[in-house]
Amino acid sequence: MLSGPVIITVALLYLCLLFAIAYYGDKRADQGRSLIANPTIYALSIAVYCTSWTFYGSVGRAASTGVDFLPIYLGPTLTFIVAWFVIRKIIRISKVNRTTSIADFIASRYGKSFALGGLVTIIAVVGILPYISLQLKAISTSFSVLLHYPEIVMPSTSSTVFLHDTGLYVALIMALFAILFGTRHIDASEQHEGMVAAIAFESVVKLVAFLAVGLFVTFGLYGGFGEIFAQAEASGALRRLFTIDGVAAHTSWITLTLLAMGAIVVLPRQFQVLVVENVDERHLRKAMWLFPLYLLLINIFVLPIAFAGLLLFPGGGVDADTFVLAVPMKEQQPMLALIAFIGGLSAATGMIIVETIALATMVCNDLVMPLLLRVGRLHLSDRRDLASILLMIRRATIILVVLLGYAYVRLIGESYALVTIGLVSFAAAMQFVPAIVGAIYWKGATKAGALAGLTGGFLVWIYTLLLPSFARSGWISQSFVEDGPLGVALLKPYALFGLEGLDPISHATIWTMLVNGGLLVGVSLMTSQSVIERSQAVQFVDIFKRTAEAARVWRGRATIGDLRQLLGRFIGEARANAAFARFERESQRDLHDRGPADSDIVSYSERQLAGAIGAASARIMVASVLREEMHDIDQVMQILDEASQLVVYSRQLEQKSRELEAATTELRAANERLKELDKLKDDFVATVSHEVRTPLTSIRSFSEILRDNPDLDQEQRQEFVSIIVQESERLSRLINDILDLAKMEAGTSEWHMADLAPRAVIEQALAATAGLFAKAHHISLETRIAADLPPIRADADRLTQVIVNLISNAVKFCAQKDGRIELEAWQDAGFLRVDVKDNGIGIAKADQQRIFERFQQAGNILTDKPQGTGLGLPISRQILQRFGGDIWVESELGKGATFSFRVPLSRSAAEGAVTFEREVAVD
Amino acid sequence: MLRPGRTRELLIALFLLGALVFAPPLLLIFNKATRFLGIPALYFYLFAVWAALIALVALAVERRHADDDEAGPEMPSREHGQVTGGPTDA
Repeated sequence: MLSGPVIITVALLYLCLLFAIAYYGDKRADQGRSLIANPTIYALSIAVYCTSWTFYGSVGRAASTGVDFLPIYLGPTLTFIVAWFVIRKIIRISKVNRTTSIADFIASRYGKSFALGGLVTIIAVVGILPYISLQLKAISTSFSVLLHYPEIVMPSTSSTVFLHDTGLYVALIMALFAILFGTRHIDASEQHEGMVAAIAFESVVKLVAFLAVGLFVTFGLYGGFGEIFAQAEASGALRRLFTIDGVAAHTSWITLTLLAMGAIVVLPRQFQVLVVENVDERHLRKAMWLFPLYLLLINIFVLPIAFAGLLLFPGGGVDADTFVLAVPMKEQQPMLALIAFIGGLSAATGMIIVETIALATMVCNDLVMPLLLRVGRLHLSDRRDLASILLMIRRATIILVVLLGYAYVRLIGESYALVTIGLVSFAAAMQFVPAIVGAIYWKGATKAGALAGLTGGFLVWIYTLLLPSFARSGWISQSFVEDGPLGVALLKPYALFGLEGLDPISHATIWTMLVNGGLLVGVSLMTSQSVIERSQAVQFVDIFKRTAEAARVWRGRATIGDLRQLLGRFIGEARANAAFARFERESQRDLHDRGPADSDIVSYSERQLAGAIGAASARIMVASVLREEMHDIDQVMQILDEASQLVVYSRQLEQKSRELEAATTELRAANERLKELDKLKDDFVATVSHEVRTPLTSIRSFSEILRDNPDLDQEQRQEFVSIIVQESERLSRLINDILDLAKMEAGTSEWHMADLAPRAVIEQALAATAGLFAKAHHISLETRIAADLPPIRADADRLTQVIVNLISNAVKFCAQKDGRIELEAWQDAGFLRVDVKDNGIGIAKADQQRIFERFQQAGNILTDKPQGTGLGLPISRQILQRFGGDIWVESELGKGATFSFRVPLSRSAAEGAVTFEREVAVD
Repeated sequence: MLRPGRTRELLIALFLLGALVFAPPLLLIFNKATRFLGIPALYFYLFAVWAALIALVALAVERRHADDDEAGPEMPSREHGQVTGGPTDA
């Protein structure tokens, strides 16, 4: 009864039923009565995870390695326990960002990166191709097995002529269906309600079919689970399948669990049904247990069927991957075999349809369109009917992907069991996991890190899984796998760097995750994020913190009052009211503040606002009041950019104000200094007047005495006149000093700088002061001038003035009895050092600084008779500073004082000295 | 049986428990070629634990859900699972 036409007819009828369901689903969606707004449908659609790999391949794997197939289903169970935190977060982020695929998701998180989106798309296409080819292979194999009923003949596709290969026609039909389901029209949200409905239906079909076969085998052929396992145990050879043994098997168990935990989210088709097609995130709650339950149910009979197959076909002539069909066929159950075939068909078609649609969306949105839009010549961005181009690209992608899958199965697939091919794809999809985890939990993950991680992981995947599969099919020499490339054993793709003893999948998973995760973390830590990356990172990671408000924002409806208030905020209340009044007049409507804002008044307000704050900002502001979702993240980004420019601007302002502040401080300091100088000047004038008035007063009084008393005796007259002369001299000395100092301070005095011999200068000064010592016999002078003093650079007269000043001071303040003055000159570290020491009254510590200031003399100025002009030391200091030297005093009250000064040696002399020392050293 | 508002902690605990019981160290206790109720010990263990885990998850999430339903029509703010309905946010 199972002839080719019958099988084909049933299969086509089944596909037509699918299409009808999809059509109905879309129609209901258009009417707003969604068929899939139901958690059970959602959970069933997620069961697209169970492909023909589950349907046929699990039994095949169970028959060879026992319970080893189970981690593929335990992993998703574990992930779904925490789905409420992990998957719901991804769903929420995707809804906010209008994400249409996993490539979109990753690209969007890492700064809307085109490179990243393209890379993810390429990895997805290359990685998933084997998986699609696996489905095609399963359909064509099951078809040929069923075709030979009642005989059980294994197909040998290698001998099939190209055009007679059912796989090709299956591929084309699948492509057609995917196009019909997925690309009938372009929808902004990329949701395909009809497709989801059909997929959910397929999930029911495959479960029912598998359970039917399982129940028949377990309870029809045998007396329940116990009997099958008892017989298996009795056969001896099958006992080994009861356990998993060895480190490799345990490692494989763990890595398969991890692979499946990730794959349930990051496989493009899973992302599609879980995230993109999700209509209400509350549906996830039921899916959290319903989907794992589905997995449990569809796996319960895997082991019984596997053991039954092994018991029924002990010779090994029947491929374990076809046991689900072969066992009913062997037991002469054509109806059941047909049901099993339809179940397998549903599993495969569901996968192909969703996967190709997901890939087509990715290829179109994240690879082709960005490229096309970048090619300026096409002027695509100016065109209005982009939708038709989008559809064309997607349809072409679907056909291409399915045909590539077919090519893969023709060229490579023959050498692999179903499960192994599927796992290669799992390992490829696993490359998305670090980027996704980084995307939703680590704000610091950068685009460069994600790019590096994905690229590295993908390259390692190619090396450890894809290239060896090419070697198996004979494209590359087999020695590549066995001996490593160029015979380098460390680089053997199945035992990289000596990691041996693992199955290829675990081996590849370990290496790819190490490289991928390592690069993501390492590069992220070393690079920094752009503004858009950072804002996206915050939005992704903190999605729940932000959307608590945003969620409310979505549903809320703005009132006209809100708009009026908003407008008032920016253009003033009076103008806002006037604008609204104008709108009322023009549209002949009455606006109530509590009335809902319709699109007319909204766009009117927006236009008004745009005049004030610019169009983009107005859009955002109105949207915030409308509490509607922001449709275009680009606009938000634009605002953000403007904001960041503002930040830069305000930083500049801050900088400027800081500079101003600094300038103000300087000004204030200068002002203080000016005030001080002014005060000094006042003091100076006051002091000068005082100093000048004292001699003037005595000159004047003595002159008056002389004028008014002409009869004064000669002696007295002589005495008064000499006082007048003395005081006049003192006065002119004082005025000379003042002028001198003023000139020096103003920098206008003339300096005759020359190289001088110190001894000559000192002797000249001594000669000038000889008169003083002639008058004061009680004072002895002792001079010690070092021999061969090098020349100094100074003005001879000025320097003489300094020394004379110091000596005359010493004479003035010397001890009344046995006065001793010592003058010493020597060379001291590049300077000429001169000390003038007396044994006089000394200078108090407090006065030692003061005496170098103008008109400041030691002691009490009011009680003590001034001993000089008070300008000698200040002038000396000015002179020495001019020469580049300085002057200071060391003294103790009552124990004499030592005035010291130093003047730098002339440069040529200093250099000569150094040269001389060098020459000595060389000798 | 369980205090309300603990769903989040409960789910994470179940996840950790699942990761533990499905991994080799504990798995190996049952990795023996004997049969329990006619079923190989390892198979029985895996499926029994699996079923128990699913039941516990269902209990954890649907228990709160049932409370919500009893509380009458959901408040709008609960639509996104923000308030008390369902497990709390990640």
